[in-house]
Amino acid sequence: MSSSSVEYQKKELPAKVQTVGFGLFIAGLFLVVLGYIVDPTRSAYNNIIGFTFLASIAVGSLFLVGIEYLSGAVWSTPFRRVSEFLSSLIVLLPVLFIPLLLNVNNIFHWTHPAPSDKTLIGKAPYLNVNFFIGRVLVFWLIWLLFYYLFTKNSLMQDQTKDQNLTKKNVKLAAVFMPLFAITISFAAIDWLMSIEPHWFSTIFGVYYFSGTVLAALAAATIIIVLLNERGYFVKGIHTDSYYSLGALLFAFTNFWAYIAFSQFLLIWYANLPEETFWFLQRWEGSWIAASIGLIVVRFVVPYFGLLSQPSKMNPKRLLVMSSWILFAHYYDLYWLVMPNFSKGGVALGWIELGFPLLIAGLIILVFVYNSRKNNLVPIGDPKLKRGIDFRL
Amino acid sequence: MSKKVLYSYTGIFDTPDEVTHAAEKAVEHGYTKYDVNTPYPLHGMNKAMNLPPSKLGYVALAVGLSGALGALLSLWWVSAVDYPINVGGKPFFSFPAYIPVIFEVTVLSASIATVLAMLFFFFKFPNNAHPLHATDYMKKVSSDKYGISIQAEDPKFDESSVKNFLESIRAKEINAVYWDEEETAHNHKILEPKFLTFLFVVAVLISGTTYFTLNKLMNMLPFNWMMEQSKQSAQQKSLVFEDGFGMRQPVNGTIARGFLPYEFKGKPDLAGEKLVNPILVSKESLKLGQAKYDIYCSPCHGYHAEGDSRLRGQFPNPPSLHSEKVRTWGDGRIFAVITEGQNIMPSHSTQLTVDERWAVINYIRALQRALNAKESDLK
Repeated sequence: MSSSSVEYQKKELPAKVQTVGFGLFIAGLFLVVLGYIVDPTRSAYNNIIGFTFLASIAVGSLFLVGIEYLSGAVWSTPFRRVSEFLSSLIVLLPVLFIPLLLNVNNIFHWTHPAPSDKTLIGKAPYLNVNFFIGRVLVFWLIWLLFYYLFTKNSLMQDQTKDQNLTKKNVKLAAVFMPLFAITISFAAIDWLMSIEPHWFSTIFGVYYFSGTVLAALAAATIIIVLLNERGYFVKGIHTDSYYSLGALLFAFTNFWAYIAFSQFLLIWYANLPEETFWFLQRWEGSWIAASIGLIVVRFVVPYFGLLSQPSKMNPKRLLVMSSWILFAHYYDLYWLVMPNFSKGGVALGWIELGFPLLIAGLIILVFVYNSRKNNLVPIGDPKLKRGIDFRL
Repeated sequence: MSKKVLYSYTGIFDTPDEVTHAAEKAVEHGYTKYDVNTPYPLHGMNKAMNLPPSKLGYVALAVGLSGALGALLSLWWVSAVDYPINVGGKPFFSFPAYIPVIFEVTVLSASIATVLAMLFFFFKFPNNAHPLHATDYMKKVSSDKYGISIQAEDPKFDESSVKNFLESIRAKEINAVYWDEEETAHNHKILEPKFLTFLFVVAVLISGTTYFTLNKLMNMLPFNWMMEQSKQSAQQKSLVFEDGFGMRQPVNGTIARGFLPYEFKGKPDLAGEKLVNPILVSKESLKLGQAKYDIYCSPCHGYHAEGDSRLRGQFPNPPSLHSEKVRTWGDGRIFAVITEGQNIMPSHSTQLTVDERWAVINYIRALQRALNAKESDLK
């Protein structure tokens, strides 16, 4: 079973896709710019939702690539390029971070603690603007480095068909995993938890990680199902590969629920005012509906939607559920961030619409750009043939 | 020796691909009563054998749901109905605390039920024998070979044609498997008298030996873990404290629950000046005062406080409480008398609580006013 027996005919994506992506991007950009003119603070809060959402997909995709190499999985090899393309969004992360940096004083009130606020003054050695920017830079450079190395080796393999490149990437993945664990945890603490700097939860890094993997998986699943049904990958890919994607989505949905509930249960049980206020904020006014809705949107619907075996193999169902999960991740981030902006009630308006459109357009454009330059299937990968033959 | 009956023909393969292929061929050939035996679950075998989706999932679902419901009901009964205990100020029925328990019970009951249901489906429990057990074939397919077994029950079964079929798909070691006629009847009695007697004898032997060894030979106390504790008991000598007392003195100024110290000991006049009656005159307080007065005061002071003792001169009669002196005393002064006693009258602080003493004083005031009513009282 040599990899040369795989026949792959590269097909260009239709021009329509790029037009749609461009349209979304422009519409999103218009709304974002307008939003920043009308209400900079609210836009900055939306900015951080959008930024962490994009980072979820970008870095989560890199994690999926790494975990495939590290575990020696074969079923996902025909689709690995999708995650590789999505992880190239890491390059664009500063685009959404720079407007955030300009508004850093509006969002993060640890940047200017009140003199009477002993807690924040005590946290100042960690939570100060210079160190914050330094950390972001370090995270970004680590991710960029591994993105560059992984994809360089993978793309080179298309030409050389050198099996040693896979071995190299396996070693890289082993180095990347602990670094990923540390950077994603600190990123979650820096970008999301420090919006409410008086609050702390030791499980918060894992919480963001679970959402990150879900978002990356869901984004990849949408693209995989759409392209595979139209024959953009190699022939002979079985619905059993869909099953694996569905099973991972299902598993991480449960994992998210497990982590989210663990976070809630301990805080609820201990009943310490310095921890409970964070949940109480999300229990005020119309936020109570949003909080209960989070359980339904993020856990109940995907859980029952993906529970049975046939539903994980049905491309239509999978497409619907993965789009839903992607939406649920945005919802989750909104729920984490926005109660700090509009206390006492949900704030929803056209300003909230800008960043999702912008990001959707960005993802489509980046994917199209990558798919023009490179093969959609890693044709040089020694695991490819086994990946196509994968059966449950 | 019982009669042997043909059960099936078996064939062995070396690789999983071959046996999957063999299963496909068996389906093609129209066999319905056959089985594939492999050392581990094979991907794609369900499809090759054309099996319908497993029904085990429904068992897991049903039992899992009843497990969840059972856990919820028992938690609700235990912690909200039968024995409510306040834990950290949470409501008695606090659902978040139940979720981990419900989750565990659901998983546990669903998994146990799945295994049991599997045993029922596969072995038709209580039947636990299978003709393929204890054959060479089973030894091989449970270590590193893959086998197919076509059963004699199959409508298309015919010894020579099955042999030919197995040869045609290149099976190795084609063998016939027989079983006893008795076993084919499938009526295994689980409550056989012999078996029950055996169980009973084993139970008696084991519990008897355990009892004799632990109680008679080793003289062990059963379950005495909580009787021996390394804590300090009352009256015990202590090695920790310098003075050697195990029991510690309460901190200076400690007062017992429900007890208020009396500040005016030996100073009844001061009490008359400083103490204020905290009990408002009401029907209830007067009734209480009357009851207590009739019990504790009236034997000497008389029912109407006129000093007309019912003790027939065994003690000197107390003075009347209607005197000018007592009527002009403050409530606190009377309180001091009741609390500390006066002349021959003993203290009543052990008989009457503080509130009862004030109620008695209210009642005495009512008696005094009844004898010295003013015109305004008539209105």
